[in-house]
Order: sequence, then C-alpha cells, then structure tokens
Amino acid sequence: MTRVREDFAEILKLVRPDARVLDIGCGEGELLELLTREKSADGQGLEISPEGVAACLARGLAVVQGDGDRDLDHFPSRAFDYAILSKTLQQMREPKHVLSELLRIADQAVVSVPNFGHWRVRWALLSRGRMPETGALPEPWWSTPNIHLCTLRDFVGLCDDLELRIDACASLADGRPARPIDPRAPIENWRAETALFLLSRKAEAQPAAAAGQQNLFGEVEPPRPQSAGPQPARPQPARARTAKAARKR
Amino acid sequence: MTAPARIEAEIQSGGGTWRFPASRPLRLDSGATLAPLEIAYKTYGALNADKTNAVLVCHALTGDQHLASTHPVTGKPGWWDRFVGPGKPLDPTRHFIVCTNVIGGCMGTTGPASIDPATGEPYGLKFPVITIADMVRAQAMLIEDMGIETLFAAVGGSMGGMQVLQWAADYPEKLFSAVVIAAAARHSAQNIAFHEVGRQAIMADPNWCGGAYLQAGVRPEKGLAVARMAAHITYLSEAALQRKFGRELQRDGLSWGFDADFQVESYLRHQGASFVDRFDANSYLYITRALDYFDLAAQHGGVLAEAFVRARHVRFCVLSFSSDWLYPTPESRDVVRALNGAGCRASFAEIETDKGHDAFFLDEPLLDQTLKGFLAAQAQARGLYRRGLD
Repeated sequence: MTRVREDFAEILKLVRPDARVLDIGCGEGELLELLTREKSADGQGLEISPEGVAACLARGLAVVQGDGDRDLDHFPSRAFDYAILSKTLQQMREPKHVLSELLRIADQAVVSVPNFGHWRVRWALLSRGRMPETGALPEPWWSTPNIHLCTLRDFVGLCDDLELRIDACASLADGRPARPIDPRAPIENWRAETALFLLSRKAEAQPAAAAGQQNLFGEVEPPRPQSAGPQPARPQPARARTAKAARKR
Repeated sequence: MTAPARIEAEIQSGGGTWRFPASRPLRLDSGATLAPLEIAYKTYGALNADKTNAVLVCHALTGDQHLASTHPVTGKPGWWDRFVGPGKPLDPTRHFIVCTNVIGGCMGTTGPASIDPATGEPYGLKFPVITIADMVRAQAMLIEDMGIETLFAAVGGSMGGMQVLQWAADYPEKLFSAVVIAAAARHSAQNIAFHEVGRQAIMADPNWCGGAYLQAGVRPEKGLAVARMAAHITYLSEAALQRKFGRELQRDGLSWGFDADFQVESYLRHQGASFVDRFDANSYLYITRALDYFDLAAQHGGVLAEAFVRARHVRFCVLSFSSDWLYPTPESRDVVRALNGAGCRASFAEIETDKGHDAFFLDEPLLDQTLKGFLAAQAQARGLYRRGLD
C-alpha cells in the first residue's frame, strides 16, 4: 500500500469504526475510500468538480456535487457522526457559519487549518514585510484561495465563541508524524504549522430527528397544507462557480 | 406452456408483448381498472441464474421499448443505442436490460388506440386517465412475471427518471440502485403550461374528432405536429438552438411570405412531421396528463423525503444538465435533499453542457463516464461480476 498522507493517517485514527462520515471537498474520494476500507465507514462526499464526482462514483462512493460554502444547509441535522473539512475552512466565505453547520450536520467535526501564527509566517512578515509564502501557505497573496487565514489562537477563540469543545488536537507538518498538542499552549501558536482538530458541541446533544420526519431541507416541520398559494422561495441554484471555490480541491 | 415458460421464451427472443388476463387487471390511481392489459417490451442480454442482474430502463414521454434496437416505424437506431452495448454503461454481456412501453403508449402496450373490450372499438377518450405510478405498477407486474425479485437498477431520464423515483417510493424492496437523469419530483407550472399548449393544439385539429379519429379514419397530424414543435423547443437550450441554427436561412434571401425561411423553422417542421408517423395523438394527451399529475411529495403528505423513507438501502445516482430549463438542476437538488433527509445513499452531479434537456440522448462523455462508473461500482457491491465475467 502506498504511504498514507499524514493528515489522512491522523483522521483515520480519530474516526471510530462504522461511523457515518461526510467529507467536504472530498476531491476524488481518496480519504473516503480509505475510511470505507479501514474503518468500514458509511461515507458521503461533497465535491465541487464534476470530474471529482465522477471519480468518486467510479469508486463506489456516494458523492453530491456541491459547494461547502452553500450546500451544507441542505444536509439534515445530525445525519453524520463526523463531518470532515480538510485545510479548506480558510477558503470559505463564511468560516464561522460553516463551522457551526459542520456541528449541526454531524456529532463531531474534523477540521484542519494552517496556522498563520507559525514562526515561519511571523518571520517572513517581520523580516521581509511581505505576505508569507511557506510550505503550508505556498501561494502568493494575489492568487491564494485562502481568504480567511487565522492563527491557532484565533481558531481556538472561534471554537469558544461557538461553544465548541476541542476533543483532540494534533500538529501536522509535511513528512513528519502528527504530534498531539494542547492548542491553548502559547508555544504551539508558534510551533504548529497546521493544526487538526476534533470538535464537538459543548451543549447537551439534541436527540436526532428520525429520518423521514424532515422536510426537503432537513428541518422537522408539520406537513405543509397543499394549497395553491405562492411557494416559498427556493435556494438559488448552484450554478455560478467562483474561481475560489473551483480551486478548493 | 405455463406462464413462466412462455415469458422465458419471449425473453429468449429479445422481447414481445406480455398479456395479462382479465383476471389480473391493472388497478389505476383514478380508481378505474385496465383489463386485459398488454405490455410491449424489449430485452437485451441474459438474466443470470440468481436473477440479480436485471436493469429496467424507463423511457421518456415520446420514447418506447426500442431502447437499442431498430425502430420498426422509423427504421432509426434505438433511442439510447449509444448507451447500450459491450463496454457501454448498459452492457448486455453483463446486464439483463428490460425496456417496456409505458401504459397509455402507442407501441404495443395498452393505450388509447387499443381496442376497448367493452365496445370492440379503439378506446379513444374512454381510456382511463393514467399516472406515473400506474405506469410503474404495470412494469412491476411484468417484472414479477419474469420472476425477478429485485432489479439491479432502475434507470431513466426525464419522464423515465420520474418513473424511477416512483419505483423508489412504491417498490423500494424491489430496487438495489436507481439512476435518475434530468428529472424532477413534480411537474412545475411551466411544465404543465407547455403541455397544455400541446394538448390544445391536438384538440384544436378538426381531425381529432373528439378523440375518435381512428373510427373516422383520419389522424390529427397537424395538431400533433404543432404539439411536438412546441415541446421540442423545451428540450433544447437557447444556446444550442443558436449554435445549431442562428439566423441561417434555408435559401438565398427571404421569401417575403410564411414559408420556412429560417433553418430553425424548417428543423421544427421536420421534427413535427416525422413525429406524427410514429406517435398517436391520444397517447400524447394521456401521457402528458400523467406527467402533469406527477407530484411525488403530494403523494406523501407534502414531504418529499417521506417518499423515500423505505428506500434507505437503495443507492441513488441523480444527474442533471446545467442548461436544462425543462427540469432544471434545482429540481434535481430538491430530490437529492429529500433523499439525504430520508437517510438514503444519494449521489448527485450536474453535468456541464449547453445541449439542454435532450443532452441525455446525446454524446455527453461525462454522462457516460459517470453512469458507467456508478453502475460498475454498484455491480461490485451487488456481487454481479464474480463468475468469470470480469
């Protein structure tokens, strides 16, 4: 077997067997296939590119073509055990909304983000006075898809704002094994290049609505009367594809 | 010969017309019954010993059972010929493919042109109004007589896709996987509006004779042709029409009259004229009505997800085309959302094309690739290819 990507190996450790998993931005389904094979996970992908979707289908994976920024709203609440968002949160238009959506859809979220507080980033900014280009952030400012960069401390702050519990955190760096860290330790805000989080809601879990009691949009509501009245506006079709979103993979 | 032996002989010869005796009527949503019932169908490939490799292909509004065989009236290749064959998404060396003419149709299945046993004359408007669910119920009767307990896949585009959704709602226990292409869970106001134009065109033709044109020895060809012309516009995108015809003229210069000056006019007239050779006007009325009545959510208390709660084991693949304005992508997304809401395994892709609704008949490599990949993966999950076939 080829060597498993370091972040995939870490995610594999976090996910328990037979879990229902939603992988957002699943690309050609490498991670989902791994989780299906190694953890007999029941996986579902969300992927923006038609080629990625076709590749996933050929692998026998269930995948929905869509955009993490827009289409998470369509998934019913607590339909999954895990929602995975790998190195993409900083590319989202509304990271805060996306993060809270992940934990509406799933009991736990696996999220990885590049740390803008990493010493290499700070050094590049301090010494050269220019936007850093590092291993974790390789693109120049004018072409980077990363529009919402944050430091480890910022991300922990957002988790606190959203009342999320950090169940586990590991530091990821290219070619080295993942290292469990305390994300609140000031030193890690210098040391961790990319951080991988396992998150859950702090509040007592709401009982899941039985499938089938939800409407089209996953909410529980009494059946609407069949009237000839005007229909509520439907969400906009997923048509306009932004350059940012297209690069997400 | 016993019934199973007879149908096996028919299957061996690639299809036939299966007749249900009057003792086995088709019970319709309207409350009426249809008996005796005949279903014309074609088959491709062989049913395996376990009877696990059957694929039902459901045809669209004006399609028929001639999926991949020469059409007896037009002499043209089958409507999805491109999709059926060794190495293609529907592969007769692996799948046992069944395609039936829907009830209400005019290619051999009982429809308004069939003889009404009560009068000895063609049904005409005495034919009961039918629904998509009625079409599916008839298909299920045939599949049962073939001894098939579970379809490996039900596949369909447009109205065929609606039948597949209805299969998932009504017979989920008989489905392993489902492919729904360029369809919707209900007919929109615009869909109904276009159909009404078509029906009015037919009924305005004096040769329609209140539906009894067969007895009068005439056919409402002009009305049916206009219906087809109007509908055909909805199957193409504006971009495709523009690319194909633009403002190109048929001849040098304008006629300064009402001949078909523009190529697009000539094309539509040809579409209309050739359609009337192979289609029955009353069938067009009945089948468009069935489509207009289709609203899967309404059959389930207004909640579409309720339609699929018994189909959680079925693997769905929903596909739409970006330039389809007849059943646009948001309609497919609604279906996918409901499937997700019901806890079904659903995949969805929007295929980027400017060919409009008709793209599912046309050369669209990503469609082939997507469907082939999906069906191959399902076949593996179903354990279809184990016996030296792969």
